[in-house]
Amino acid sequence: MKNDTIDSHQPARNTNLDALRRLSPYLKPVRGRMIGSAVAVLASMMCGLLIPLVIQRILDGPVATGDTSALGWMVAAVGVLGAAEALLFFTRRRLISGPSTRAEAELRKDLYHHLQRLPIAFHDRWQSGQLLSRAVSDLSTLRRFIAFALIFLVVNSLTLVIGLGVLFLLDPMLGLISTLCAAPLILISTLYESRYAVLARRSQDQNGDLATTVEESVLGIRVLKAFGRGPHLAARFAEQARELRRTELRKVHVVGLLWGAIIVLPEIAIGGQLLYGTFGIANGTMTVGTLVAAVAVATYLRWPTDSIGWLLAETNQAATAAMRYWEVRDAEITITDPPVPRRLPATARGHLRFENVRFAHPGSDTEILRGVTLDVRPGETVALVGATGSGKTTLTALVPRLVDVTGGRVTVDGVDVRDLELGQLRRVVATAFEEPVLFSASVRENVALGGTEVDEDDVRQALRVAAAEDFVDALPWGLDTRIGEQGLSLSGGQRQRLALARAVVGRPSVLVLDDPLSALDVHTEAEVEHALRSVLRDVTALVVAHRPSTVQLADRVAMLSGGRITAVGTHSDLLAGNAEYRALLSTDDDARSEVVA
Amino acid sequence: MSAPTNQADQVTTPGPDEQWRGVAAEDVTELDAVVGARLQKRSRVLLASLVRPRLWTALLALALVVTENLVVLAGPLMIAITIDTGIPNAIDGDTAVLAWCVGGYLAAGLGGAALRFAFLKVSGRFGQDVLLDLRQRVFGHAQRLSLSFHEDYTSGKVISRLTSDIDSLHDLLEDGLDGLLTAVLSVFGIAVMLLVLDLPLGLLVLTGLIPVVLVTRWFYLRSRYAYRNTRGAIAKIIVQFVETMNGMRAVQAFRRESRNESILAGFNDEFRGANKRALDVMATFTMTVRLVGNLSLALVLAIGAVRVVQGGLELGVLTAFTLYLRRFYDPLDELAMFANSYTSAIAALEKISGVLEERPTVVDPASPVALPPAKTGRAVTFDGVEFRYSTGGPVVLPRFDLAVPAGQTVALVGATGAGKSTIAKLVARFYDPPSGRVALSGVDLRSVADAELRRAVVMVTQENFLFAGSVADNIALGRPGASRAEIEAAAEAVGADEFIRALPGGYDTDVRKRGGRLSAGQRQLVAFARAFLADPAVLVLDEATSSLDVPTERAVQRALESVLADRTALIIAHRLSTVLIADRVLVVEGGRIVEDGSPAELVEHPAGGRFAALHRTWLESLA
Ligand SMILES: Nc1ncnc2c1ncn2[C@@H]1O[C@H](COP(=O)(O)OP(=O)(O)OP(=O)(O)O)[C@@H](O)[C@H]1O
Ligand SMILES: Nc1ncnc2c1ncn2[C@@H]1O[C@H](COP(=O)(O)OP(=O)(O)OP(=O)(O)O)[C@@H](O)[C@H]1O
Ligand SMILES: [Mg+2]
Ligand SMILES: [Mg+2]
Repeated sequence: MKNDTIDSHQPARNTNLDALRRLSPYLKPVRGRMIGSAVAVLASMMCGLLIPLVIQRILDGPVATGDTSALGWMVAAVGVLGAAEALLFFTRRRLISGPSTRAEAELRKDLYHHLQRLPIAFHDRWQSGQLLSRAVSDLSTLRRFIAFALIFLVVNSLTLVIGLGVLFLLDPMLGLISTLCAAPLILISTLYESRYAVLARRSQDQNGDLATTVEESVLGIRVLKAFGRGPHLAARFAEQARELRRTELRKVHVVGLLWGAIIVLPEIAIGGQLLYGTFGIANGTMTVGTLVAAVAVATYLRWPTDSIGWLLAETNQAATAAMRYWEVRDAEITITDPPVPRRLPATARGHLRFENVRFAHPGSDTEILRGVTLDVRPGETVALVGATGSGKTTLTALVPRLVDVTGGRVTVDGVDVRDLELGQLRRVVATAFEEPVLFSASVRENVALGGTEVDEDDVRQALRVAAAEDFVDALPWGLDTRIGEQGLSLSGGQRQRLALARAVVGRPSVLVLDDPLSALDVHTEAEVEHALRSVLRDVTALVVAHRPSTVQLADRVAMLSGGRITAVGTHSDLLAGNAEYRALLSTDDDARSEVVA
Repeated sequence: MSAPTNQADQVTTPGPDEQWRGVAAEDVTELDAVVGARLQKRSRVLLASLVRPRLWTALLALALVVTENLVVLAGPLMIAITIDTGIPNAIDGDTAVLAWCVGGYLAAGLGGAALRFAFLKVSGRFGQDVLLDLRQRVFGHAQRLSLSFHEDYTSGKVISRLTSDIDSLHDLLEDGLDGLLTAVLSVFGIAVMLLVLDLPLGLLVLTGLIPVVLVTRWFYLRSRYAYRNTRGAIAKIIVQFVETMNGMRAVQAFRRESRNESILAGFNDEFRGANKRALDVMATFTMTVRLVGNLSLALVLAIGAVRVVQGGLELGVLTAFTLYLRRFYDPLDELAMFANSYTSAIAALEKISGVLEERPTVVDPASPVALPPAKTGRAVTFDGVEFRYSTGGPVVLPRFDLAVPAGQTVALVGATGAGKSTIAKLVARFYDPPSGRVALSGVDLRSVADAELRRAVVMVTQENFLFAGSVADNIALGRPGASRAEIEAAAEAVGADEFIRALPGGYDTDVRKRGGRLSAGQRQLVAFARAFLADPAVLVLDEATSSLDVPTERAVQRALESVLADRTALIIAHRLSTVLIADRVLVVEGGRIVEDGSPAELVEHPAGGRFAALHRTWLESLA
C-alpha cells in the first residue's frame, strides 16, 4: 500500500498555489466567459449594495418628510435593482457552467492521455485507486472551485473593499470601524491555512487508498472467497475508513474554529456602528437613514466576510487537488518517440537482435539482465527457456518497449527499437503476455484492441490460429459477446487463446509470446501449435517456454540463466550437451517412471 | 457473460417490481413514473436507516442550529429597538436601552459564533458517522455478494459506488444539511417575526412563497434527471479508467490508446453535459427566488413608507422589515444549495441502495449444520448436480454424481473449457448448483456456515491474485494471525523460501500492485504457500503450477505428495506429471466425467481411452 511518491509531499503554500496557477491554460479559452461571470457577480453585488442606499433615501426622504411624491420612482428603483440582481445571478451561473465543466473534462482527458503514455514501471508502482481519485474526486473539487470559489474569492474581496468604501462615504468613522474588524481576517486565515492544507492532503490521499482497497477487494474476490477472507479485508477497509473519518473530523474542527472567529467580526463591527451612530444622531451629526443604511451595508458585507472561511477551505482543497493532479501529469513519460524516427527497411522482415542487453529495474541496483546477446533471424522461431524468475518476461517486455534497456540495445531489422516510432514498432511487434489481459468488452474488441485496420475476417482467422473459433461461436452472441471483467467469465484456456489470437491478428512481423500455451491441455496445445506453425513460418518469433512440448515449436532454443544467454541450440542438442538445460527441461522424472513401471 | 449491449437480457419478464430490483435500473436513463418513485423511495429508506441509529446526534445538531438561529434572529430586533427607543432615549440622556441593545447585539453575535462552532462539530460527527456506516455496509455487502454478481458488475462500478457516490452524500451531509436546517429555520423564524411585527405586510411577503414553491418543484424534477445522468456517466468513466489502468500492458503494446481516448471522451462529454444541465437548472431556480424576494422588498417599501407617513406603522418596524426581508431570501439560496446536494445524493443513493438490494445467490445458512469432526480429510460428494452459470445460459455440467472419499487425491483432466474449474468452484461453493447438491462430510454445503466451510475447504484458483503489501502478508492471508515462523515454514515447504529470502526486503518486500514485483512463477509459489498455510481438510488446486519451471514444479509436487497423504484433494492440471501423483483420475469432456480410475488403470485402458491418448501425446512431447 505504500506509495513512496505520495508520502514525501509536504504541502507548501507556494507550490500549492503554483499548482492552481498552472490550471490557467485550461481556463484561457473560456477567459471571456469567466470574466463575464465575475463581472455579473460584481454587478449583482453592486445592485445588492445599492438597494440599502435607496432604502436610506426612502427613509430619510419621503418617510421622514411625509412628502410621498418621490416615493414612486424610489420604490421603482429598488424593484429594478432587485430584478437586475436576480438576472445577474442567473447570468453568472449560466456563464460559468460551461467553462467549469469543460475545464474538468479537459483536465480529465489530458490526464488519461498522459497516463496511457506513462511507462509500465509507473503503473506497477501506482495503485489505480490513487490515480482514480485524482481523475474523479480531485477533478470535481477543481470544477467546484472554478465554478464558485475562484470567482467569489475575487468578487467577495472586491465587494468587501467597495462596501468599506461605501461605509467611508456614509461616514468615515463607520468605515473605520468595519475596516478594523475586517483586518484580523488576514491573520486568522494565514494561521489556519497551513493546518488545513495538511489535513486536506491527508484526506485526499486516504480517499485514494480507500479506492485502492475497494478495487483489490473486487478484483481479488475469488481469492477472498476461497479463503473466506472477506471479513478480514472488510476489517482493514473499516480501519482505513475510520482513519479517513478522523481526518475529516479534524478538518471540521479547523473549519469550525475559523468560521466561528470570522462570523464574530462583522457582528462586532455592526455593534460598534450602532453605538457610534446613536451618539451621532443624538449629537445631530448623523441621520437615522444613514445609520440604517450603514447597518444594512454592514449586514450585506456579512456574507462576503463570512464566506472567506469557506472560500479559503475550498481554495486549499482545490490547491491540494491540483497538486495531486500535477504530480501525475508531471511524471515523466520515459518511453517516447525518438526526435528523428528511423524507418524500417521495406524489404527485411523482422530480424530481432539483442545486443549485450542489460536491464535493472528503476531504483534497484541488481541487474536482472547482464548482457544478453541473442539473434533471432527473420522467419525463425526461438524458444526462450529459463528458471522461474530468471528474467524471461523482462526480456520480452524490451521488444515492444514496455520497458527500455539500461544497457546495450534491441534491434529490429538492424534499427534500434528506440529509434523507431512507437506506433510503428508496436504494429510490427505483437506480444502475448503470460497472464492474458482482457477487458469487459466484446470478443471482437478484445481481439482487435487497437488495430483499427482489422476486419471481421482477420479476427476470425486469428481465432482459428488460436483454436478459439469454435468456443467463440458457441458463446451466446458469438463475436459480440461481452466477456466479464478481465475475461473472468471464460475458462483459463479460453482466455489464453483470446490473448493469443490478439497477438497474431495484426499480421506482425515479430511475435513475442510469453508462455502462450501454459493453460492449454495437451490436445488443444497440439492443435494450436499446428496452426501457429503455419503462422510462424514467415514470422520471427520469440517464445518463452517452460515445457518441452512448447519448445518443440521452435527452430532453436536459447537458455537464459544468471542474466545471460548461456546456451543456444536445438532442443535435442541441448538436452544431450547441457546439464543445466537437462535439469530445466527433461521430465524423465520419478513420476513418469512410476506409472510406466 | 452478457449481451453486447448494456441492457441486461430479460429472459423472463417478472413483475415491474422485480424487474427493477437491485442494480437493474442503473443504466436506464428514462424511467417511468412508477419505477422512478420506487427507486426514490428505496433511496429515502436507505437514508432513513442511516440516520435512525444516530437520531440523537442529529437532534442535538438540530437543537444547536435552532438556538443559533434564534440568537442570530435577535440581531435585527435589537437594531429596531435601538432605533425606536434607544436613540430617542439617548438623545434625552438615557443610554440604558441603548447599552442593553448594543450589548445584546454583541452577545448575540458571540453566542451565534460559539453555537455555529458547536453545530459544525456535532453535525460533522454525525455526517462522518453516517458515511462510515454506509461505507462499511456497502463494502461488506459487496464482499458477501456472489461471484456471479461481480462477474457482471465490474470492479469499476463498485468503486464508483464506494467513492464518487458516497462523496455525493458527503456533500449533502457537509453543506446541504447545514443549509437546509439554517434555511428552514430562519425562513420559519423570520416569517413568524414578520407576522408578529406587522400582519398585513407579513402576509404580503408570505404570498411570495407560492411562486417559490412552484419553481422548487420544477427544479427538483429537472435536476433529479440531470443528476441521475451524472451518476451513470461518472461510473462509466471510472470503469473505463480502472480497466485501462489494469490492462495498461495490453493497451500500450496493442496501441489501444486512441480508441480508449475516444471512448473516454464520449463518457466525459456525457458527464459534462449532465453537470452543465444541473448547473443551468440551478441558475434559473436561484434567479426566480431572488426576483421574488427583491420584488416583495420593493412592495413592502412602497406600502410601508406610505403607512409610516400616514402614521400607521413605526419607522423601526419598517426598518426591521427591510432587514429581515434580506435575511428571508438569503437562506432560500441555501435551500437551493440543499436541494441541489439532495437530488445529487438521492441519485447516488439510488445506485448504492441498488447494490445493497442485491441478494447474494450463495447465502450463508441461517441455521448452519456443524460439520462432523474429522481428523484430516473430508469426503466430497455431488448428488445429481446440474450446473449452469446463469438461468437460461447453456448447461455447463449436465446432471452427474460423484463421490470422493476422505483422504483421496483426485485429478481432473480434460480439454480447456470442459468444466474442470467449474467442478472445482462448486466444491469451494463459489456457486450453488440450481439442482442437486454438493456435500462435505455428508453435509450439504448450503447448510455449512461460511467460516467453517472456508476452514475446511481451500481453493487455489486458476487466476491467482496477490494484494499490494508484503510477501508475508500475502501468505498470511491463508491464516491471519499465523506467526512469522509458520509463514516461513509454509513458504519453505513449497520451495518459495529461497527466492523470497533473495528479495531485497525478504519476507517484508512489498510485492506491489497485483504482485507486479514478482515473476509469474513466483506469484504462483506465494499463492501456493498461502494455501499450504491455511492447512485445510480439502484442498482444491486449479492449475496451481502452470507457470512454474519443471524443477520447481517437481519440488512442489514432492511437497504436495507428503501434504496430501491424508487430505482430500482435487487437482486440476494439464501437465500430466502433476496428475500422476493422484490416486484417481477423472477425465472431463463437455461437462461430463467420461473416465474414472487410477492413473495406471486409465493409461492401460484397453480400448485406448482418452486419458491413455493424453498420456501418449504427453510422452511424445517429452521425447
Ligand atoms: N519492479 C521490479 N523491481 C525489481 N525486481 C523485479 C521487479 N519486477 C520483477 N522483478 C524481479 O525480476 C526477476 C525476473 O522477473 P521475470 O518476470 O522476468 O521472470 P520470468 O523469467 O519471466 O519468470 P517466470 O518464469 O516465473 O515468469 C524476478 O526475480 C523478479 O522478482
Ligand atoms: N463465470 C462464468 N460465466 C459463464 N460461463 C462461464 C463462466 N466460467 C466458465 N464459463 C464457461 O463454462 C465452461 C467451462 O469452463 P471451466 O472454467 O470450467 O473450464 P475448464 O475445464 O476449467 O477449462 P480450462 O482448462 O481452460 O481452465 C466454458 O465454456 C466457459 O466459457
Ligand atoms: Mg515470466
Ligand atoms: Mg479452468
